[in-house]
Amino acid sequence: MVEHFDAIVVGAGPAGTAAALVMARAGLDVLQIERGETPGSKNVQGAILYADALERLVPDFREEAPLERHVVEQRVWLLDERSHTGAHYRSADFDEDRPNRYTILRAPFDRWFAAEARAAGAVLLTETTVTELVKDAAGKVVGVRTDREGENLFADVVILAEGVNGLVGQRAGLRKELDPRHVALAVKETVFLTDEVVQERFNLKGEHDGVVIEAMGDVSAGMVGTGFLYTNRESISIGVGCLISDFQATGTAPYALLDRFKSHPSVAPLLKGGEVKEYVAHLIPEGGYHAIPELVGEGWLVVGDAGQFVNPAHREGSNLAMTTGALAAETVIALHRQGTPCTKAALGSYLRALEQSFVMKDMKKYRGLAAMLHGNKHFLTTYPAALSRAMQTFLRVDGVDKRTKQRLMVQDFKAARGGWWHLMTDAVKLARAWR
Amino acid sequence: MTRPPHAADRPGLNLFVCIKQVPDSAQIRVHPVTNTIMRQGVPTIVNPYDLFALEEALRLRDEYGGSVTVLSMGPPMAEEALRRALGIGADHAVLITDRRFAGADTLATSYALASALTTLGREQPIDMVLTGKQTIDGDTAQVGPGIARRLGLEQLTYVAAIDRVDPLRREIVVRRRSEGGVQVLASRLPCLVSVVEGLNEVRRGAVADVLRAARAEVVTWSATEAGVEDPMRCGLRGSPTVVRRVFAPSPRQERAQMVAVTGKRPSQLADAVLDLVLTQQPKLEAALADGPVRRNRP
Ligand SMILES: Cc1cc2nc3c(=O)[nH]c(=O)nc-3n(C[C@H](O)[C@H](O)[C@H](O)COP(=O)(O)OP(=O)(O)OC[C@H]3O[C@@H](n4cnc5c(N)ncnc54)[C@H](O)[C@@H]3O)c2cc1C
Repeated sequence: MVEHFDAIVVGAGPAGTAAALVMARAGLDVLQIERGETPGSKNVQGAILYADALERLVPDFREEAPLERHVVEQRVWLLDERSHTGAHYRSADFDEDRPNRYTILRAPFDRWFAAEARAAGAVLLTETTVTELVKDAAGKVVGVRTDREGENLFADVVILAEGVNGLVGQRAGLRKELDPRHVALAVKETVFLTDEVVQERFNLKGEHDGVVIEAMGDVSAGMVGTGFLYTNRESISIGVGCLISDFQATGTAPYALLDRFKSHPSVAPLLKGGEVKEYVAHLIPEGGYHAIPELVGEGWLVVGDAGQFVNPAHREGSNLAMTTGALAAETVIALHRQGTPCTKAALGSYLRALEQSFVMKDMKKYRGLAAMLHGNKHFLTTYPAALSRAMQTFLRVDGVDKRTKQRLMVQDFKAARGGWWHLMTDAVKLARAWR
Repeated sequence: MTRPPHAADRPGLNLFVCIKQVPDSAQIRVHPVTNTIMRQGVPTIVNPYDLFALEEALRLRDEYGGSVTVLSMGPPMAEEALRRALGIGADHAVLITDRRFAGADTLATSYALASALTTLGREQPIDMVLTGKQTIDGDTAQVGPGIARRLGLEQLTYVAAIDRVDPLRREIVVRRRSEGGVQVLASRLPCLVSVVEGLNEVRRGAVADVLRAARAEVVTWSATEAGVEDPMRCGLRGSPTVVRRVFAPSPRQERAQMVAVTGKRPSQLADAVLDLVLTQQPKLEAALADGPVRRNRP
């Protein structure tokens, strides 16, 4: 028997599930295919969930979704080998009825989210890998083939929500192979601690409050990358991610980098006594705007990480995934209602919707950041170290007068970058990339 | 999977497989401080032994005709496990779920499952019930025998192979793994078979199977619908077993020991090891004095 659906979605991460949910709610016959045993089982645990994107899809998600803690404090740390210079922002305003950011564990979260799509009527196949796209004689994508025995599965449109690797799209010749300069490899561990210990170490007032830390500088050992630490209910997620091209060039072992971060004097006490489980590695698309592949074609659309929709500067990914998934779904729903075939031209309205949304605006805003950091690694090495030295000079009381201290600090900065001119061009570069 | 038609000259087998959704023990963590089991975020799987039982039932169905019904007692979430079984090829799935089932030990569990099987058996007389030899979270191996006893089924446990089933003459021949050997047993239908690991290779359902599974309604029964006559015998109330404490065993202090040996001949190595064992366990020497083990050297 030939099975034909209105839409097939490849992948049950946040992008694919958002697409499946929105289409199923509109009454479309949707098939979603996920290679993992359950949605989320292939995913990296521990992440920040941005409420806004999800709330637009599931307004009362706070009542049912498996959430860990809501973020009441954000820390940004610049590390040198032995110190951190940090900014902490904690506000009682974050302790609101409808918090804006949560920490989550991806396995239970993705599973819950996919169950929402299923409840709306989407059919979900798990433990099933899409191996290739099926095309008709004219080259239009008309369905998928899976690794299971049996017939091909057909649909009016295929939504590729397969994540960063994009292998299905690549095999079908819809996109190029990933460029190692455009992808970061992140390694992460979950360190188990009791709720009480987490509360005490991070100065939290309950099991629902949480802290997240983003770290730059020494953590990436001269490569372009960052480290992060998130508090969950009974664990801490800690990880580092750097561009693959930098790992290749330096020959650094990712796990050694993570070990180094974990033993940093500012970090080690936070993890002390915790039991490490779940060492995982995953890719993050960080090529930004310029790395976005072709997003629509004859009978197909790309959403989420597969479309490089990640904002590394703000560590946003899942919200872009959900938003692009929902926008693609709306495009398909409109065409379905009009009875218009999903040609490349017709699917172009997805691109226009993307341009209007925060997604493309943010992707464009940081279009230069990746390349800038790539060519200017001193932002992640020289400055954090110089800042740390300045802080020490400033804070140590040792009989040296304050004016002299100030002069020493300025001289040190100048020396670190070889003069005023370099300091100024750096400032301009940074401002441009952040503009 | 192509299914042989249920022809009149082939009576077919009404096969029932009991499965349990269990936490993936490979991912269970023990709290470092309190030494208690942490279940948070631990993914669930179908008890691995039960999958071998399912596969064996599917093979029997494919050979003799009939149908395979999977049955589970558990929380509503256990529906996932049943759906997985449908995706592998089972024909029907029934979940019995009720607050009153919570906290059941093996006695209460086998009572509830036997009640449901009795109810199912009214529609389709039971030929065989298959289970895994035990669960990975309880390790008791008592539920299968408990069901057999209550339903008056022949009981074939630790089965490593089903050699022959004759649906017409109501006979079955199995190989049973027992201490120190294999028993070949001939018995009668209806029977209960609990299987050991590795007696077959669990298949992957075809596209059509997983699609059917994804769309299927898993029949969900309350205790009453399952035909439970005495709710007092279910769940915590019907469970005489008391779990006093759940804890992780503390790691043993003794470590493996390197023994320095002169000489390379096997007998020299054996003597060296035996010497060491006997010096550390003096009582053994006396006990062994009359036995077949003798020390070569005085
Ligand atoms: C270490 C790390 C930390 C991160 N932290 C954050 C964070 O704090 N906040 C945030 O918003 N984002 C974060 N991200 C990014 C975020 O995880 C991604 O942007 C998001 O998951 C993208 O969603 P997606 O649905 O596009 O892809 P994915 O979540 O990768 O989902 C793709 C799914 O498709 C399946 N699949 C792939 N190929 C096939 C196939 N051929 N057949 C069937 N199924 C297939 C996969 O198994 C997977 O389930 C982080 C990423 C990493 C690696």
